[in-house]
Amino acid sequence: MSTVLEAKSINKYFEKPTRFHVLKDINFKIEKGEFVSIMGKSGCGKSTLLYILSTMDTEYEGALLLNNEIISGQSSNHLSYIRNKHIGFVFQFHYLLADFTVLENIMLPAKKLGEKSLVEIEQDAYDKLKLLKIEHLALKKASQVSGGEKQRVAIARALINNPSIIMGDEPTGNLDSHNADNVFTIFRELCDKQHLSLLIVTHDEDFAKRTDRIIQMEDGRIIS
Amino acid sequence: MINWTVILTIAKTHLITKIKQTSVAALGVTFGIGAYITLVSFMTGLNTMLDNLMMNQTPHIHIYNEIEPSKEQPIGLYDKVVNSTHIVHSIKPKLSQKKIHNALPLMKYLNEDANVKGAIPQIKAQIFYIAGSIEIAGNLTGINALEEARLFNLKDYIIEGSAEALNNNENGILLGVGIAKKMSLHVGDRIQISTIKGDVFPLRIVGLYQSGVKDIDAIQSFSNLKTVQRILGEAENYITDINVKLNNIEMALPMAKKIERQFELRAIDINTANAQFETGTTVRNLITYAVSITLLIVAGFGIYNILNMLIYEKMNDIAILKAIGFSGKDVQMIFMSQAMIIGFVGGVLGLLLGFGLSSLISTIPFETEALPTIKTYPINFNPWFYGIGIVFALLSTFFAGYLPAQKAKKIDPVKIIRGQ
Repeated sequence: MSTVLEAKSINKYFEKPTRFHVLKDINFKIEKGEFVSIMGKSGCGKSTLLYILSTMDTEYEGALLLNNEIISGQSSNHLSYIRNKHIGFVFQFHYLLADFTVLENIMLPAKKLGEKSLVEIEQDAYDKLKLLKIEHLALKKASQVSGGEKQRVAIARALINNPSIIMGDEPTGNLDSHNADNVFTIFRELCDKQHLSLLIVTHDEDFAKRTDRIIQMEDGRIIS
Repeated sequence: MINWTVILTIAKTHLITKIKQTSVAALGVTFGIGAYITLVSFMTGLNTMLDNLMMNQTPHIHIYNEIEPSKEQPIGLYDKVVNSTHIVHSIKPKLSQKKIHNALPLMKYLNEDANVKGAIPQIKAQIFYIAGSIEIAGNLTGINALEEARLFNLKDYIIEGSAEALNNNENGILLGVGIAKKMSLHVGDRIQISTIKGDVFPLRIVGLYQSGVKDIDAIQSFSNLKTVQRILGEAENYITDINVKLNNIEMALPMAKKIERQFELRAIDINTANAQFETGTTVRNLITYAVSITLLIVAGFGIYNILNMLIYEKMNDIAILKAIGFSGKDVQMIFMSQAMIIGFVGGVLGLLLGFGLSSLISTIPFETEALPTIKTYPINFNPWFYGIGIVFALLSTFFAGYLPAQKAKKIDPVKIIRGQ
């Protein structure tokens, strides 16, 4: 099995208000098709770690490898490209562009990547909508769909460029148990059927127990 | 690499969903540019009118004999006192004739010059208009009426009668409107004038002349060259002034210098004669531009404000865009293109508004005694103003959008996403 994401001795400090060692020597690997969750108490640094892994936070020490290539220290333009092509993101809050339709939201990252024609992108977007069983929402404004639906749209958007890994920051944290279950099922299926790697930060123990592996964090260290 | 279609789609969607703010920002530009176009068209229109008022009547070069003291006094020629200081008391002006020596050949020479549009003679004479026992001092100028009309727009200043009528009537006079009013005279009436020597001549009024300057209209009249020569008892070569109109006004100064050197006459070019006038025009233009630029800067601040607000409102969108792979540059370009769209749409509307307003002004009646040829407010429809207007609209929106867009570029998505 090939390694999708690897962190090598990552250290991070917060400078404000006082110098504080948030992440202490983080090392782990995620294999292709693995469904991993990160758990830990509030303030243990799990979200901070996730944003470093997502390439959005670049102020850290150590090395980050995506598909066995070092991506630490790359230019911000190149990191944008990596996020666009290789990483799909799902947040706790349903971050959609409210002024656009569901379909446009999903198509946006693919349009940015610009590798396919508009017709192909639209076809892809409909495929992803079908996969998540929300094709009837395609032409609705993003602000007009319900919370659970928004999260599924966000997942569809994360999938549009067929990324190497999906990252989630408490993607079920703001959903009721029914919708949370739904989202988990979708993740599970993506992992099992499409061999997608997933890395999800969560508080929800039930959610975490059903993943392949749990990374437990405490005080900026991985303890198991 | 920047994918412009995507960026413009996002910019367009943002602008359309915030159509009210967008319209207000665009209206700011529209108003600024519209006011600029109207103001500058109107002001330069007025300026041109005032310039023409002066330029049309004024010869480019005025040639005459000046009464002045000799620069070289006889003592200067005496070589025995050459190293001494000469003090000459009560120098008198040199006795010289008023008429230009060899005026006719000189005019022929000037008219053959390629730079000269026309050189025409005038005779200036001091006279009195006689009404019963009252004598009113005045000037009578002998002219070639048809040539004056061709070169110096005499026709524009004849409010009754015509230049042809003067040319055809040997005893005709074109009377200043001020004198006509004082003496209750009309076209077709007779008027008696007397020379300084005391000879009295009856003349028939063939027209009324109004220059727009009251003091001139109260003294100035015109008659034919021959008539004035006869009144003064002078020969046909008696000419006191030559007025020259050039094809290119820039040639006036060097040409005047040349004539002065060559013929030992006084030749004044138009720019030297009207130096203050030029200053007035410059100052008026300066004021026009100062006001216009102020308007545009105010509009620019409006755009800056609205874009700033838009960026605060779209903080989440910016964070999402960055998270899904848009670079800071892309985000910057989204907001820059919004500013430029506002500038372009507002600017084009402003040009239309300015054109509409100045067209409207150009139809408003503007009749004044001082300007007999002007019927409506003068407007200068110069395409350059429209070019400058749109460039300024784009420039000011560019700068107004630059800072907010720079801010959007630097927004850290992690802070926004985690801050929720």
